[in-house]
Amino acid sequence: MSVKTAAKLGMVSCPHCATLWEDVKAHDRCGRCGAGLHLRKPDSLRRTWALVIAAYIMYVPANILPVMITVPFLGKEQQDTIMSGIIYFWNSGSWGLALIVFTASFLVPLFKLAVLTQLLIAVQDHSKRHLLLRAKLYRVIAVIGRWSMLDVFVVTLMTGLIQIKGFATVHPGEGIAAFAAVVVLTMLASISFDPRLMWDVTEHDPGRSHESR
Amino acid sequence: MKDNLNKLTMREVPGLIACEECDAVYRRLALGRSEVAFCRRCGAELERDRRAQRRHVLPLAIAGLCMYLVANVFPILELELRSGLFSQATLIGSVRSLRGEGMLFVALLVLATTILFPLIQLLALIYLLTFPIRFRRFGHPTTFNLSGRLIQVLRPWVMVEVFLLGVIVAFVKLTSMATVLPGIALWAFGALAFLLTAVFSFDPRCLYISRCGYKKQGK
Repeated sequence: MSVKTAAKLGMVSCPHCATLWEDVKAHDRCGRCGAGLHLRKPDSLRRTWALVIAAYIMYVPANILPVMITVPFLGKEQQDTIMSGIIYFWNSGSWGLALIVFTASFLVPLFKLAVLTQLLIAVQDHSKRHLLLRAKLYRVIAVIGRWSMLDVFVVTLMTGLIQIKGFATVHPGEGIAAFAAVVVLTMLASISFDPRLMWDVTEHDPGRSHESR
Repeated sequence: MKDNLNKLTMREVPGLIACEECDAVYRRLALGRSEVAFCRRCGAELERDRRAQRRHVLPLAIAGLCMYLVANVFPILELELRSGLFSQATLIGSVRSLRGEGMLFVALLVLATTILFPLIQLLALIYLLTFPIRFRRFGHPTTFNLSGRLIQVLRPWVMVEVFLLGVIVAFVKLTSMATVLPGIALWAFGALAFLLTAVFSFDPRCLYISRCGYKKQGK
C-alpha cells in the first residue's frame, strides 16, 4: 500500500481545526487555534484500557442492582432492574418500546464494550486483518454510545414526577448510578481511543514510536 | 541532528488535509455546494461543504435559546389521578429530587447533559457567530479559541434528543398508572432537539479555514 500518512511525512494534524503542521516538537500548540498537537492521542491504549476495564466492573452492579424502587401507598414496594423494566414493557404489549429500551440499555453498552476490547486487542497484536470493518465499528460505537443514557433520564423523570404522598413514591436505586457510570466510561473510552493506531501497522515501522506520544 | 531539529519552528502545510481516523494525507479539494469528501482508505469524512446551512445557523441558534428557556421553566409532564391528586415535574425539579435522594453523581450528569451543556453550546455558538463573524471583533484570541473548542468537545455530551426519548418512555410507563398530560416544556424540548441538530451542522473549523465561506480571521 502506498498511502502517504501524515506521520510518515513528518506532519501532525491539529485535532481541532485540522490544520497540518511540519516540524512539530513536544508541547507545541496549533498556531491557528491553540489546541495541543500530538502525533497520536496521548497514552491512548493505556487510557482506553483503564476506562474499558472500569466500565466492565461497573457493568455488573448496573445490571444486578435495582435502578428504580416504587413504593405504593398501599401494598408491596417494587424494585426494578434494567432487565425487569424491559420485560415489563414486553409483557404489557409495548413491544416497540421494549425493543428500543432493550437496544439502548442492554445491547448498546455490551456491544460497545465488546467492540472496544476487540479494537484494543487488535491494535496490540498489530493485526492487519479486517481494518475496514474495524474502522466502521469504531465509527458506529462513537455515535451510538450516548443513547444508553435513556434509562438514566427515565428514572430521573419518574423520580421527579412520582413523589405523591397518598399514592406512591419512586426512588432511584443504586443500579442507576452504576449504569450511568458505564455509559460515561464507555463514552470516554471511545473518545480516548485513537483509530489511527489501527492503521499504523500498515506502515513498515509498526507504529511503536507513535503509541504514546 | 537533534539540535538542528530543536532550532526549527513548526510550519503550516497549506493545501493538505489528513484523515482524522487513519492519518492518510490528501490534497484539499475545492468542494462544490453540499459536497462531502471521504477518505479513500478508511471511509471517514474528511470535509463537508456547509455553505448552504451557514446563513441559517445564527437565527436557529437564537430560536434554540428561546426554546431552551421555555423547556426549562415549564413542566415536562403532568400527572392526574382519579382521586384528584396532581403532580408535575420540570427538568430541574427532577434533578433536584435525584439530588435529594442522595444520587449526586447521576443528578450532576443529568444536569450537565440536558441543562448546562446545551446552554454553553448555544451561548458559545451565538458568541462566535456574532462578534467575530458579524462585527469583525475578535476580542481576546483565547476566548475565541476556547469557544470553538468547547463546541466540539461538548458535542457528544449534549443529550437533549436522548432525553426526549426518555420522556416518551416515561410517558408510556405512566399511562398505566394515571392520566398523563404532556407539558409545554415537552414540545419545547422537541423543538430544541430539532434546532440543536440543525445548529450542530455548524463546524467551528470554518472559523480557521478561509475556504469554508467566511472571510479569514485577521492576523
